Amino acid sequence: MQRIGVFVCHCGTNIAATVDVEAVAEAAKSVPGVVFSADYPYMCSESGQDLVKESVQKYNLTNVVICSCSPRMHEKTFRKAVESIGMNPYMLEIANIREQCSWVHKDKEEGTEKAIMLMKAACAKATLNTPLTPGMLPVTKRALVIGGGIAGMQAALDIAEAGYEVDIVEQKPTIGGKMAQLDKTFPTLDCSSCIVTPKMVDVGQNDKIRILSYSDVEEVKGYIGNFDVKIKRKARYVDEDKCTGCGLCTEKCPMKKVPNEWNLELDTRSCVYIPFAQAVPKVATIDPRYCLKLNKGTCGICSKVCGVGAINYEAKDEIIEEKYGAIVAATGFEIADISRYDEYAYGQSPDVVTSLEYERLMSAAGPFGGHLLRPSDHKEPKKIVFVQCVGSREEESCKGGKEYCSKVCCMYTAKHAILTKDHYPDTDIYVFYIDVRTPGKLFDEFYRRAVEQYGVHYIKGAVGKVTPHKETGKLEVQGYDMILNEQMHIDADMVVLAAAVEPSHTARRMATMLTAPMDNNDFFTEAHAKLRPVESATAGVFLAGMCQGPKDIPETVSQASAAAAKVIGVLAKDQLVGNPCIAHPDELMCNGCSQCAGVCPYGAITYVEKEFRMPNRTTKMRRVAQVNEAVCQGCGACTVTCPSGAMDLRGFSNNEIMAEVDALCL
Amino acid sequence: MQEELIKRAVELMEDGTVNRVLGWQKGQFVYDITPAVFTSADELKENFVYNDFCGDNLSKYLKDETEKEGKVLVFLKPCDTYSFNQLLTEYKIHRENVYAIGIECYGKADVELLRRKGIDGILDVKNENGTLKIATIYGDEEVPMMEAMAERCVNCKSKKHVAYDELIGEDGEVLDSNRFDMVEKLEQMSAQERFDFWQGELSRCIRCNACRNVCPACTCEKCVFDNPDSGLYNKAAADSFEEKMFHIIRAYHVAGRCTDCGECSRVCPEHIPLHLLNRKFIKDYNELYGSFMAGAEVGQVSPMVDFTMDNDAEPSIVQKGGAE
Ligand SMILES: Cc1cc2nc3c(=O)[nH]c(=O)nc-3n(C[C@H](O)[C@H](O)[C@H](O)COP(=O)(O)OP(=O)(O)OC[C@H]3O[C@@H](n4cnc5c(N)ncnc54)[C@H](O)[C@@H]3O)c2cc1C
Ligand code: SF4
Ligand code: SF4
Ligand code: SF4
Ligand code: SF4
Repeated sequence: MQRIGVFVCHCGTNIAATVDVEAVAEAAKSVPGVVFSADYPYMCSESGQDLVKESVQKYNLTNVVICSCSPRMHEKTFRKAVESIGMNPYMLEIANIREQCSWVHKDKEEGTEKAIMLMKAACAKATLNTPLTPGMLPVTKRALVIGGGIAGMQAALDIAEAGYEVDIVEQKPTIGGKMAQLDKTFPTLDCSSCIVTPKMVDVGQNDKIRILSYSDVEEVKGYIGNFDVKIKRKARYVDEDKCTGCGLCTEKCPMKKVPNEWNLELDTRSCVYIPFAQAVPKVATIDPRYCLKLNKGTCGICSKVCGVGAINYEAKDEIIEEKYGAIVAATGFEIADISRYDEYAYGQSPDVVTSLEYERLMSAAGPFGGHLLRPSDHKEPKKIVFVQCVGSREEESCKGGKEYCSKVCCMYTAKHAILTKDHYPDTDIYVFYIDVRTPGKLFDEFYRRAVEQYGVHYIKGAVGKVTPHKETGKLEVQGYDMILNEQMHIDADMVVLAAAVEPSHTARRMATMLTAPMDNNDFFTEAHAKLRPVESATAGVFLAGMCQGPKDIPETVSQASAAAAKVIGVLAKDQLVGNPCIAHPDELMCNGCSQCAGVCPYGAITYVEKEFRMPNRTTKMRRVAQVNEAVCQGCGACTVTCPSGAMDLRGFSNNEIMAEVDALCL
Repeated sequence: MQEELIKRAVELMEDGTVNRVLGWQKGQFVYDITPAVFTSADELKENFVYNDFCGDNLSKYLKDETEKEGKVLVFLKPCDTYSFNQLLTEYKIHRENVYAIGIECYGKADVELLRRKGIDGILDVKNENGTLKIATIYGDEEVPMMEAMAERCVNCKSKKHVAYDELIGEDGEVLDSNRFDMVEKLEQMSAQERFDFWQGELSRCIRCNACRNVCPACTCEKCVFDNPDSGLYNKAAADSFEEKMFHIIRAYHVAGRCTDCGECSRVCPEHIPLHLLNRKFIKDYNELYGSFMAGAEVGQVSPMVDFTMDNDAEPSIVQKGGAE
């Protein structure tokens, strides 16, 4: 017979204010199986846990029901507590009377009534609980980092530092990400290249790190400790091992009119190319879209000039298969498409640029060698209008913009203004903003410098229209100053749009492969917004950088190092404790229909032909389902699919769930 | 046609292709036919029958038959071939142990419809060019075959055989039938009207389990209704709620797998139009996920149990209107 103990937490006033906790404890006394109940101000505190432990021993409890916050908060805490005194941790149930009750009710009577129902449901389930023992899983002591931006590089370096091998898969020919495209970085204004290229070199030279550039992740199977990953190494038509990066081929290539993505297509490059001088790996890549040899069978010059014979027109995409113990997603961001905002004339005038394009225009490695010139006539702009929040903080219904704040724009716009004023003090600069957000170390000081020291005109308001005038070459900016409540007309030479950032367009595909959750905006979601900010809800998958949400470089780097620490935590173990709450088929009931395999998102289900004893000493071969206990995540999709009820989930069995439902409804 | 089938069956037994035949066996009356396994030419000649009352879908018997030694011959009408495929999809038939002959079908008669016309004491029925000449103890009667045809045959979904090793007679086309008309009528009813309709129908259920036992989709090792641990185990409905639960659960269990073979409605002694439940599911599948016909091909995955990496994550039910 079960001997259940019920413990009701006040959570200070979090629960006690809307739930009569004493009444819940009292009601528990009449629930079948309950032999002890009590309430306590903070169940999770040491003395609260002691109360549970002592009661278990004193009253010989077989099951414990804690009425408290969400199991996501403290299930682990309480399971540990009861385990320490020898009770199987899976004999403990949590009734969530905070998030699902006290926080959503105002009326104490209603709250109390509901809390009692939730307590009864938990007791009903607890009665059917059985002790569970998790299995142990082996660990492949290597990590995969997807994306070679600053996030991916930092994570890889930290993991390598701890002595583990790391592969970085980067879709572009070089690592570096967006940071390598920036000119200077706020708030210290140190040159971006000067801090990022040494990191790239560190990564390139680290013998624990392998860079798989110009590659895509094609398939991810498996689970924490044991991921099986297929990686496509796209054909670069240049042998990475032979190429010395001398660049002779890029000089001699006659196809020079290829839009240069590195400079955001503000200039052109050759068809065989090295994205930029400090690229890592520094090897050439042939762009198959433009190559005369590959498309027409002519030319072939690069192969003739290459001193080491690295060019190979016959190269094919190659799939390699690797095993990893943990994966870091660091797929970064993209600048959102702002072509919908025709009022800003982006796309109508080359002198209306995005902020990232402005970074390139200012950069010494940019299209104009660092001399700030207008793209249209290559003249120095004298009057520049910056528009913030283009596509950010907007209702989606409006123009398909982003509801979120892109976070870095306020600061980089101040940076652009300061840098421009620094080099060209006679430039007139206007910044249209909704509000300026500068919470960060030295951030507000930085912004105030732009206003006070550099005399940048910050205008709270909005730009209604930008009209390019061909004759004068000016951009007529119609704006509105909200503080003075007046219309403004500015004849600008350039307009810079702080376009929203959005997650990499590959993020959804990656998330699907990794079975990692993402939000409506396609940012990866963290396992817990506050307490597990660098972990995905999928075990063994960690998050770093912009792919998880807008953030600047320092935040990206901190998150990357934190993710690395988590990865190291996984790889340092020889075995991992599995999750015992997984599916298992009752082979005597399974009819082999194979519907369950279809719904399993993790591919955990396979089938075997097995011999079964039948009446009269006969046997029969039958097809039955099998669950790979290490792969199953316990999602339960298969259990609801199985028509015979053969598939069941340990710890959440059909009967346990039905008992809960009955307790609530009957 | 009966003679042709017997001749071919005997040939296949004699040349060793098969060692037995799954077919229809004469009963006491012309309309009471039972599925049977024949193991010799003599048995076939004596008892094998193929007439207007051979509605039984033989495919489900293959689950047990193909587990035995040697190959079994089976005759499949077009609609039966869908069940055959669905059973193959669910690994219920050992394909190598069966030789399937597709046979043409122009619809089967339902003796109940004759009885409703007041025709009783039937001694013999002959189909002469679409007219049933019926001899009864009270004298002779004539009924056009169309008027005696089972509902599922009037609204036949397909004259095409989707699986066979050999064909006797013509192969037809998938038909654009009116089989969802009645479902539409039900959909147009108010919730209360619809509830009353089903209450009226399902309250007659005597839980004989014939519908389940005949259903080619109901091939579980242990049916939930026979499993004391399932919480659904009962032999007779205790109240009107349980009456409905049995049928709703069964409809869900066969959803996406039911080929609309119509056997459930055919065998129900209470004449409950069970096919309407299944057709509602089929109609919804078609509307929500694009046309889907269980059993059309072997290996098809029903939309409800399909998970692929490029699945459209949008909640399509909401998007497309779905339920009210
Ligand atoms: C205009 C502008 C100015 C900025 N200025 C500053 C500043 O001054 N100071 C500051 O702190 N921050 C600044 N930022 C923010 C800074 O750029 C980001 O914080 C930082 O680049 C984020 O790094 P990341 O590695 O997360 O992403 P990214 O830099 O985007 O790197 C992601 C990498 O992953 C690769 N990748 C993507 N998908 C895949 C895939 N499926 N497979 C393989 N590889 C993939 C990409 O090719 C890329 O190399 C600025 C941002 C912008 C837009
Ligand atoms: S519970 Fe079932 S569907 Fe979910 S992961 Fe496990 S085996 Fe797959
Ligand atoms: S769905 Fe159920 S019966 Fe079918 S194979 Fe899976 S466990 Fe077996
Ligand atoms: S539910 Fe009825 S129509 Fe559907 S497969 Fe079963 S017997 Fe045939
Ligand atoms: S065949 Fe008819 S009476 Fe029998 S269980 Fe099915 S619905 Fe009920």
